Amino acid sequence: MTGGALRPYRAIISARFRMLLQYRAAAIAGLWTQLVFGLALIMIYQALYRSSPAAVQPMAFAQLASYVWLGQALLAMLPWNVDAEVRDMVRSGAIAYELARPVDLYGLWYARAVAQRTAPTVLRAAPMVVFAGFVLPLLGAADWQLAPPPSLAAGAGFVAALAAALALSCAISVLVNISLMWTLGSDGVVVLFTTTVALLSGLMIPLPLFPGWAQGALGWLPFAGVFDLPFRIYAGHLAAGDLAIVLARQLGWTVALIALGRWLLGRGMRRVVVQGG
Amino acid sequence: MQDALRLYRAYAAASIRGQLQYRASIVMAAIGTFVATAAESVAVWALFDRFGQIHGWTLPQAALLYGMISVSYAVCDVLGRGFDAFGAMVKAGDFDRVLLRPRSTVLQLIGQDLVLRRLGRLIQGLIVLGYAVTVGTIDWTIARAALLIGAIGCGVCAFLGLLVLQATSAFWTVDSLEVWNAFTYGGLMMGRYPMPIYRRWFRTVFTYVFPLACVNYLPAVAILGIGAPAITGWLAPLAGPVFLVVSLQLWRIGVRHYRSTGS
Repeated sequence: MTGGALRPYRAIISARFRMLLQYRAAAIAGLWTQLVFGLALIMIYQALYRSSPAAVQPMAFAQLASYVWLGQALLAMLPWNVDAEVRDMVRSGAIAYELARPVDLYGLWYARAVAQRTAPTVLRAAPMVVFAGFVLPLLGAADWQLAPPPSLAAGAGFVAALAAALALSCAISVLVNISLMWTLGSDGVVVLFTTTVALLSGLMIPLPLFPGWAQGALGWLPFAGVFDLPFRIYAGHLAAGDLAIVLARQLGWTVALIALGRWLLGRGMRRVVVQGG
Repeated sequence: MQDALRLYRAYAAASIRGQLQYRASIVMAAIGTFVATAAESVAVWALFDRFGQIHGWTLPQAALLYGMISVSYAVCDVLGRGFDAFGAMVKAGDFDRVLLRPRSTVLQLIGQDLVLRRLGRLIQGLIVLGYAVTVGTIDWTIARAALLIGAIGCGVCAFLGLLVLQATSAFWTVDSLEVWNAFTYGGLMMGRYPMPIYRRWFRTVFTYVFPLACVNYLPAVAILGIGAPAITGWLAPLAGPVFLVVSLQLWRIGVRHYRSTGS
């Protein structure tokens, strides 16, 4: 694709991005809640680590602490909610106008998802990183902190894996938005989806803490690519040499889910029923 | 009082009838809530499967903490929708109508909506509690059973008090603040594990400011018959109703302070 073909998508991303940046009060409130959550989680894991033999601890406590803080900082990047505007469009019938736009519909929705996953993350991540990385050590809780990655390679690998995680997260987000065309935004379906993502991505508990027999399946599911794999590269729990495999998994799933999304969107649009007048 | 109860029954019946018009949607949503809360239990189970115990507490013991707090919160969640959505009500100026009616504002708000889909959370909590009380770690006596039920009731009061406080803050901020989630959801999560694992300042907040430990950890210790003088566990749950009464006093101050948005 040439630069010119991408222009409308860039414009959509930047317009949505600027709009979403307006929700600062919500971001501050969310930040406070996640801070309390992060601290509680760290204390729980520390207690578990203190009262168990090293043999059952799959990663060092410092790595686990970094994992927890990255999860709290990047929470908004997780594909866990629907785009409220798309839901309203589906319900009101305004979705018909989407068909009239002179751009590829899937691309349009993907661009919306990019803004939806980045703007709130930018607002929340920076203060959380400052707190977990710099304030905690000053408060005398250095063992709880978000430590810097152990090597330059781990840091660079994390940046690459995080970019791929964003692409994957957006592909999943669009799929959820497309599902609204069948469910009309039923709470039940969205909650089921949110739960799946929270449990299997590493947000609820870091995936390495699940039983050993579940590790293989967890790693191959798409959700690990959004949170778990990049975080483990950051913490040095996965070697920088594993980066190629991680990226292959993430991008493989991204391509597959985009293809699935395009197909479903095409089918959904053929049966679109405009509600009301 | 009887009049209030009759009115509440009428409110509840109307709300339930309304929701039953969309039966499939309610069932789907309740299943969704059930699975979502069940996933959290899976996560806790996974931790105990790997680590065996936390601070000397095994899974059946911790399940008592988990079950008690989940059931308390779930009951409050079903009842408290009116307070939960209070920010939107103030924003829209709809609270004016509530004030016009010759009945208590609290009763009207609690009666506003009885959210059936949130029963999914209650059922899940009851399953965990059922496991905890039948698995055989507890030496049951009538008194301990009474303490369990009383502590859960006091827990409902504590969470309702928090909800009332959250709604009260909307009188000043014209919006329900997400900051309270740190106490509700944060408390719901940290209450699943024994209190001594937390730092002192954290314990202080969740014991003396928001009396979560008083309705959950302390009575659970007495029911399990481990450590700490049992008398604390028997008296502590009363902090829940006290917290609710204080919250309702603040609510009254808020109502007097209320100025309609005019919309």
